[in-house]
Amino acid sequence: MRLRANAGTDRTVAVFVGLAGLLALLPTLDLTIPGIFNGPLSSPGTIQVVGIGLVFAALAVSYDVLFGYTGLLSFGHALPFALGVYGTNLLMLRSGMDYLPAAVVTLVGVVAVSVVLGSVALRTGGIAFAMVTLAFAESFSILVLTDPFRLFGGEEGLPLAVEHVPEAFRGVANVRNIYWLALSFLVGTFLVARRATTSRAGRVWEAIRENEARVELLGLRPFVFKLAAFVLASGLAAGAGAIHLLLVRGATAGVTTADFTLALLVMVVLGGPGRLWGAAIGGFVYGILTLRLSVVATSHVVASLPHWLAGPLSEPLFVLGVVFVLLVLFLPGGLVTLFDRLVGRLRRS
Amino acid sequence: MTMSMTLPDPSEPLLVYEDLNVWRGEAHVLHGVSFTVPTGRVTALLGRNGVGKTTTLLATLGLLPAGGRVSFAGTDLIGLPTHMIARLGIGYVPEDREVFSGLTVEENLRLAERQGEKPRYHLVFELFPDLALRRRQTAGTLSGGQQQMLSLARALLNPNRLLLIDEPTKGLAPIVVENLIEALSKAVGETTVVLVEQNLGVAAEVAEQAVVLDEGRVVFSGPMRQLVADSDLAGRLLGVSIR
Amino acid sequence: MTTFILITVTGLGLAGLYFLLASGLSLIFGLMHVLNLAHGALFGLGGYTAWLVMDRLSVVHDPGLRFVIALLVAAAVGFGAGGVMERALIRRLYGRLVDQVLLTVGLGLALVALFGGLWGYDPLVLDQPRWFGEVTHVLGARIPNSRLLILLVALASFGGLLLFLDRTRHGLVIRAGVENPNMVRALGIDVERSFTLVFAVGGMLAAIGGTLGAVFFNGISPALGTNQLVFAFIVVVIGGMGSVAGTALGALLVALTQQYVNFYAATGLGDVAVVFLLALVLMIRPQGLLGKVAP
Repeated sequence: MRLRANAGTDRTVAVFVGLAGLLALLPTLDLTIPGIFNGPLSSPGTIQVVGIGLVFAALAVSYDVLFGYTGLLSFGHALPFALGVYGTNLLMLRSGMDYLPAAVVTLVGVVAVSVVLGSVALRTGGIAFAMVTLAFAESFSILVLTDPFRLFGGEEGLPLAVEHVPEAFRGVANVRNIYWLALSFLVGTFLVARRATTSRAGRVWEAIRENEARVELLGLRPFVFKLAAFVLASGLAAGAGAIHLLLVRGATAGVTTADFTLALLVMVVLGGPGRLWGAAIGGFVYGILTLRLSVVATSHVVASLPHWLAGPLSEPLFVLGVVFVLLVLFLPGGLVTLFDRLVGRLRRS
Repeated sequence: MTMSMTLPDPSEPLLVYEDLNVWRGEAHVLHGVSFTVPTGRVTALLGRNGVGKTTTLLATLGLLPAGGRVSFAGTDLIGLPTHMIARLGIGYVPEDREVFSGLTVEENLRLAERQGEKPRYHLVFELFPDLALRRRQTAGTLSGGQQQMLSLARALLNPNRLLLIDEPTKGLAPIVVENLIEALSKAVGETTVVLVEQNLGVAAEVAEQAVVLDEGRVVFSGPMRQLVADSDLAGRLLGVSIR
Repeated sequence: MTTFILITVTGLGLAGLYFLLASGLSLIFGLMHVLNLAHGALFGLGGYTAWLVMDRLSVVHDPGLRFVIALLVAAAVGFGAGGVMERALIRRLYGRLVDQVLLTVGLGLALVALFGGLWGYDPLVLDQPRWFGEVTHVLGARIPNSRLLILLVALASFGGLLLFLDRTRHGLVIRAGVENPNMVRALGIDVERSFTLVFAVGGMLAAIGGTLGAVFFNGISPALGTNQLVFAFIVVVIGGMGSVAGTALGALLVALTQQYVNFYAATGLGDVAVVFLLALVLMIRPQGLLGKVAP
C-alpha cells in the first residue's frame, strides 16, 4: 500500500507540473473552444472566467483540508473567503494601504478571527458544528447586506480600490497577470495543503475523521488538531479571497452568502472529498460551469421548450442542484472515482 | 400459565449459530462462531471482557451486519431487519438496560406491546411490584435496579420464545442481584434464554448450558456443571477462580 | 409603550414562523440525525401552494374561506412532499450521514431554482381577506389581525404537535426513537415508518409556516424559506436537538432578541445579536437549553 503510494507520487508530481505549465500557457493560445467559451482563450473575458475557476479550485482545496481530510463539515467556509475579499478592499479604501500589505494584514486578521471562531464552534461536533459555522457566516452576510455601519456597500458591494493596486494588476489589459497570480496561488495552496495533509498532523486529521475517540485514547487532543485545520483552511481561503477581489474587480455580497458555502460543498463533492486534486478539479469545473451554464440556459434549444420545462432548465442552479443530487446518489466519491474506474478499466484491458 | 403457543420440541435446538463472522469497523470481532442453544434451557454465554459476547447478541438481533448463519426455529435471521427478528418472538434485555429515560415506566412498557399479542401486564407487575407503583414515574429517575426490572419487564411483556439477556446484574448491589435472579428464574420458566454474565456464580446458579468465547472464538461448549467442576478450566478460560 | 407591544407581538409572530420551520428540523435531526437543508424549500412550497390556491380557486368567493382552504391544501402538499422526500431519496442513503446532508443541499438548491424558474424571483403577494389588514387594539396598541392569526395558528400547531407526540402511539415511537432507535427496533417496531412520518409531519409544519410567512413577509419569493432556515438552525441548536419544547423556547428567544435589537439598536444588528446568543448558549450549555446530550 505504502509502496504503491510512493510510486504514484512521482507520477503525480509529473502530472502536476505538466498541468500547471499547460494552464500557464493557456492565455497565450489563440484557440477557440466553441460551446464553452465565447472568445478565444487569449481574450480577456475567457481569461477571467478560467482565472475564477482557478481561484475556486484553490478555495476548494482549502475546504477539502477541513471537510475532506479532517471530516469537519463547515457550512461557513464562505466567511474567511469573504473576509479576505472585503478586508483587503476595505483596508485599501479606508486606510490607503497598498494591495500587497493590505492582503497580508487581512490574512493575519482572518487567522486571528478564525482562532476565536474555531474555538467556539469546535465545542460542538458533527451536524451542530455545521449549523454553528453557518450561523457565523450568515451573521457576516447579513451585516454586509444590511450594512448598518455604512461600510460594506450593501447588496451593490464595493468596487476595487484600483489606485492602490500595483500597475501590473490593473485594468482589462492586465487580466493575464492576475490570471498568473491566481495560478501561482493555486499551486502554492496545493503544495501547502499537500504538505500539511501528508505530515504527522495530517495523519491525525484523517484519524479524527475516521474515529475521534481513538485519537483521544492515544493521548492526543483532537481539539488542537481540529483548530489547526480550521485555521489553516481559513487562512488559505482568505488568500483566495484577496485574488478573487482583483479578478472580478470588486467585492460582491454574493460571496458572503450561505449559497456560496453550499456551492463550495458542491465543488468538493463534485471533485471527490479527501483528494486534493479532486477538489481542485471540482472547484475549477464548478467555477466555469456556473459562469457558463447561464449561456446554455438562454440558448435557443431551451427557449424552444414548453414554459414549464424551459423555466426550470433556464435556471443554472436547478440544473446544478439536480446534477448534485444524482452525483450524491450514484457517484458518492465524486469525479475522482470516475477517473479511477476509467484508469482501472484501461489497466485491465 | 395458560398461554396458547406452539410447544417447543425439546429435542431440537431453538437457536443454531453456524460460522458467525462479525466485523465492527475494521476489527474482526467474531471469527466463525458456531454453537447451539437447546430449547427450553438457559445457556450462559461467558468470557472475558471484549471477547464478543455482546456482539453475538447484537448480530443475532440484526443490529450489526454479520456473515454466516443464525437459525431461529428454522428461520435464518441474517439479513432480516431487526424489528422482524424481534417479532418472531425474541425479547432483548440489553447491557446497561437502555430504558427510554425520557418516557414513563408505563410508556416504556406500552412501547413493548406487540400487535396481535396480549400484553402480560399482570405477570410483569406481579414479578416487579415496584414498577406497578411507579407507573407514572419517568424511567430516567429510577434506580439502577428498578431500571433493570423495567428492562426485563419489557422483554417479558410478550410471550417470547427466546430471551437474550446481557449482563443483568452489572453494577447492582448484591441484595438487588439476589431479588432479580429470583424473579428472573420464576419468570423464565420454560422459555429459552441466552444469558451473558460476568458473574460466574450467578451464571452457575441459573444456567444449565455454558458457551465460553475467547477472542471471538468458541473455546468451550457444554454443560455448566462441567465448567464449574473443573476450576482449572474455568480459571484458564475466564480468568477467574471460583471461591 | 404601544410600540413595544407592537414589536413584541410581531416578534411573537416571527417566533411562530421559526417554530413551524424549526420543529420539523429538530425532530428529523433528533430521530434520524439528518440535517435537512431542503427544509426551507418545503416552507417555500407551502407559500407557493397557498398563493396558487388564492389565485386560482376563484369558485370560492369568500377570501377568508379561500385562505382556510389554501392553508389546508398547503399543509397536505407539505405532508406529501416531506414523505416523498424521505422515501424516494433520503432512505437510499441510510447510515451515510454526510451524504444525506449533501443530498438535501442539492435538493434545496434545485427546488429554490425551480420556484424561480416557474414563478420568477419577485415576491408574489397573496390575495388576502380584508380582515387581515384591519387592526385589533391590544393594551392600547394597534395590532394587525394577520399577526394575531399567525400567532394563533402557530400556537395551535404547537399544541397539536405536543398532543400528537404525547398521546398517540406514533408519537410514543418517535419520542423513544429520538433517544435510542436501535432499542425501538429490538422491541419489534419498524422505526423506518416513523422516519417517513416525521419527514411528512415536518414538511406539513414547514408548509403551514410558508403559508403564514407569505402573509407575514408580504409575499412569497423562491428563497424566502431558505433565508429563514439559518435562523431555524439557530433555534434548533439553542433549544436542543430533538426537543419540541426546547424548539419553542429557542424560537421565542431568537425572534424576540432579533426584533428588539433590530428596532431599538439598528436594523441588521438583531440578526447578528442572535448569533452572539447562539455562541453564548454554546459556551454555557453545548447541548442546548432543553437538550439532553450534545449532538
